[in-house]
Amino acid sequence: MKVLVDMNLCQSHGECVVVAPEVFELGDDDVLRWKEDVGEELRDKMEEAVESCPMMAISLED
Amino acid sequence: MSENPIVIVGASLAGLRAAKAMRTRGEEGEIVVVGDEDRLPYTRPPLSKGVLQGTEEPESTDLGGADLDVSWRLGERASAVDPVAHEVALEGGSKIPYRRLLVATGSRPRQWKGPGRDLDGLFTLRTIEDSLALKERFAERPRVVTVGAGFIGCEVAATARALGLDVTMVDIAGRPLPAFGDQVGDWLAQWHRWHGVKLRLGTGVEAIEGAGQVEAVRLADGTKVDADVVVVALGAVPETGLLEESGLELTSGVRCDATLTSVSDPDILAAGDVAAWPHPLAPSELQRVEHWSNAAEGGRLAGRNLLLEPHEREAHAALPTMWTDQHGLRIQVAGLPARADRTHTLEAEPDGHRRVTVCSRDGRICAAVAVAAPRRLGWYREHVKSGTSVEQVVAALESEAEALGPPVEAVWA
Repeated sequence: MKVLVDMNLCQSHGECVVVAPEVFELGDDDVLRWKEDVGEELRDKMEEAVESCPMMAISLED
Repeated sequence: MSENPIVIVGASLAGLRAAKAMRTRGEEGEIVVVGDEDRLPYTRPPLSKGVLQGTEEPESTDLGGADLDVSWRLGERASAVDPVAHEVALEGGSKIPYRRLLVATGSRPRQWKGPGRDLDGLFTLRTIEDSLALKERFAERPRVVTVGAGFIGCEVAATARALGLDVTMVDIAGRPLPAFGDQVGDWLAQWHRWHGVKLRLGTGVEAIEGAGQVEAVRLADGTKVDADVVVVALGAVPETGLLEESGLELTSGVRCDATLTSVSDPDILAAGDVAAWPHPLAPSELQRVEHWSNAAEGGRLAGRNLLLEPHEREAHAALPTMWTDQHGLRIQVAGLPARADRTHTLEAEPDGHRRVTVCSRDGRICAAVAVAAPRRLGWYREHVKSGTSVEQVVAALESEAEALGPPVEAVWA
């Protein structure tokens, strides 16, 4: 699946990093970086990451 | 009984996430969600910030409930729960039978009960309507007083300043956000003053005065602050009214076990502001957390637990996190700061605002407060979770290349 983050919405809360550090990371500039292509085995975690975002900036695409 | 729906009282973030979690887990039965507001669930943090300021549309707070397969009963208020009959009574007399029940009713603002409580110009802030009403009044460029310097008081003061309004923040505590200790509070007081908020701290409010309309706030020290609008920001009270006659054990909130299950009834769970539960980090105490992430995570967990038998249910163990935005800076907190007996500012940018203060109890870290430093907060989270001693964290910081600066106010016995 593809992980999309709307960087116009993202405010670097970092909640997604807590849920899935293997996919999301805050850089040393506090800007979010993430892997766009993620294996199906991480679907539950990615859905949790989507829900963890206070800005509702994260979405998934098959 | 097994034919009855699962009922959620509270068309809230917690209620929505619970319903969503149940559908994700394959629940196919009816889910009924009762909400006293005439709206689908929405996210509240923007109500004291962007929506109030006019930079965000109220519609942008919608949480997407319309896409979910649930029976909404909006604009209806649940008035009572009968655990024996497994029924929720609504105001107006109708009853909804339930198989299992989630209480996600949230909290309501504590009102000003002293002199002047009926004056025009008094506001509290909880709902979209509250926010829009205050926004409309702000357009008349009033002099604003916030009674209370907690999260809502501070955010409303910051938003009012962003709109160029004259603002005074009053609190009986000596500092804003007193829950985070003196060091955060002293810094934050400076930050508010720098942005033009007048502070009247360490003094209570005697009366709100005016003839029909708010004209002034009279303080305990005998002085008066002229005001056209008073925002009462005295904290929130858990919304447990519907359970008063239920026989369910209440404390400040619904008394739950670690899995958010009522200690009195395994068919009733609670999530969000209204749930009081023993967090694994402090198993002998009850926590009640009035913040976004707790509603989102607690709601999701409660939804999953609603489908399980009591012995299969999981504990609500997520580390509580919260945030607030004030005058362009974000303060983020992870952990249980209310448990602290001391605070220590362990990092601060020498010539900037970024900083991290930790809260400790008996010498062990129980929370971290980061100002404009989300990545640094991540570094502290594990220490908060494992309750590392302050000394060990200070030692670890010596080899931490990303620390924002040397400790400025390391205070411990």
